[in-house]
Amino acid sequence: MAVISRGFTGRPRESQPDLPPGQYLTKDFPVLSAGPTPAIDTADWSFVIKTETGKDASWNWEEFNALPKEDVTTDIHCVTRWSKLGTQWRGVSLDTLFENVESSYDYVMVHSYGGYTTNLPLDEILDGQAWIATEFEGEPLTPDHGGPARMLVPHLYFWKSAKWVRGITMQRDDNPGFWEQNGYHTNGDPWREERYW
Amino acid sequence: MSFRDWLVGTVVSTQSQTPTAKSIVLEVPGFGGSSAGQHIDVRLSAPDGYAAVRAYSLASTGPSSTIEITVDLIPDGEVSPYLVHELQEGDELELRGPLGRWFVWKPEVTAPVQLVAGGSGIVPLLAMVRAHAAAASTVQFKLLYSVRTPRDMFYASEFAALASPTFEVTYVYTRETPEGWPTPAGRVSRELLESATIPPSESPAVFVCGPTGFVESVASWLVELGHSAETVKTERFGGA
Amino acid sequence: MTSHLDGNALAGPLSELFRDDMTIATGRCAHCGDVSVLAQALVYDAAPGWAVRCRACGEVLMVIVRTGERMMVDLRGVTALEVPA
Repeated sequence: MAVISRGFTGRPRESQPDLPPGQYLTKDFPVLSAGPTPAIDTADWSFVIKTETGKDASWNWEEFNALPKEDVTTDIHCVTRWSKLGTQWRGVSLDTLFENVESSYDYVMVHSYGGYTTNLPLDEILDGQAWIATEFEGEPLTPDHGGPARMLVPHLYFWKSAKWVRGITMQRDDNPGFWEQNGYHTNGDPWREERYW
Repeated sequence: MSFRDWLVGTVVSTQSQTPTAKSIVLEVPGFGGSSAGQHIDVRLSAPDGYAAVRAYSLASTGPSSTIEITVDLIPDGEVSPYLVHELQEGDELELRGPLGRWFVWKPEVTAPVQLVAGGSGIVPLLAMVRAHAAAASTVQFKLLYSVRTPRDMFYASEFAALASPTFEVTYVYTRETPEGWPTPAGRVSRELLESATIPPSESPAVFVCGPTGFVESVASWLVELGHSAETVKTERFGGA
Repeated sequence: MTSHLDGNALAGPLSELFRDDMTIATGRCAHCGDVSVLAQALVYDAAPGWAVRCRACGEVLMVIVRTGERMMVDLRGVTALEVPA
């Protein structure tokens, strides 16, 4: 049994309606990463959706930025227990990107520059639930926060919102991504506190 | 008891090293002593079961069960503010160790020793200097110690007292020097390393400890200057 | 700016799994073949878990996750883990 450290509470966790269980509020934007920040030249950048049909959908930076973009104001929740309320993003809805994609598979693996991966059910990223964001608070997304482009799936823990995103591969089964292989929950709903499996 | 069990230490005394850093001396029944350069993990537990673990280098060395760490405050950290501001004499603290057998100096090694510290990275290197003095070792020890200002220096009086023909310190001030200091404030450079450290021709064992950027610059310059990479041991300090 | 620690910090967590101190153990990187003591690996700790990366090529050697009461260690990128006799 652990010795309780007199007067130690960890970061103050507050109880308020906007805050999922076990989270604390932060005004900063902590930088979390499992590796070095990749240097990505938008001239070399592309985003590819791969399916079992072999017909890929792909956009270079110019083509991607010609797609209709949406402004999104949302709360974000990191599994390391910080939450940030009312963040403002701009990006392309996954609904737009999947418009002409044909696949019979129900799951996706998101791939990033630098090798990071995260898995999601397709249902969790369509119908206005997810974007590829290129702007944060009115400015181009900085490299430390995932620029030039990152996933934004704000209703799930933020490790699902992969930084430096480069593509999505459809998968038949819900194969686990980088953190999901090692204890983190395959779904990751902060309101159900789905931190670990 | 082995190094992997969580032990309970009791705070014997604390002492401010700088306005933001505090030394903490603990009596730890069952602690089996440590080699110079080793660290411990400290675990804080909240009443609701939340726990946070951080590593701290030992300033102390030798067989004693009385140990010393020095904690530098990371203002937005989770553990260091508690250790610096909250922890008091008589409080209990959970820890395990001694940990790590790579970044260590042992008195039986006869090569000269060059130590390079950035900020709070001085702590494990102080343990080596203390071990050198305790063993009355005749091995040549040199320390290059980089701090922001004179007020940020840890253990200043102890280093002054330990100065001897076999232990020499060079101070580098990166932001502000003491009055009358012969050189302006500035960072450690490759040129400074070349002039103020034991040359590769004497095959010193080199220990570099400090913030990540500092350690990586210094280590790569040392290798460029001709030290073999195997003789340059590094330890990077994060913050929390 | 993301920063990292190094493998010295692995001593405590890996002591829960291995009998010997693992900072002086050597491992071969499965990606580039670099052999070094674990103390010299790069540890990215500002993340949901720890990603331990090769000092030479930066690929992932190990992933360590603590999930409340459990610790999980994934040795996906290490071959020939060797401790001194």
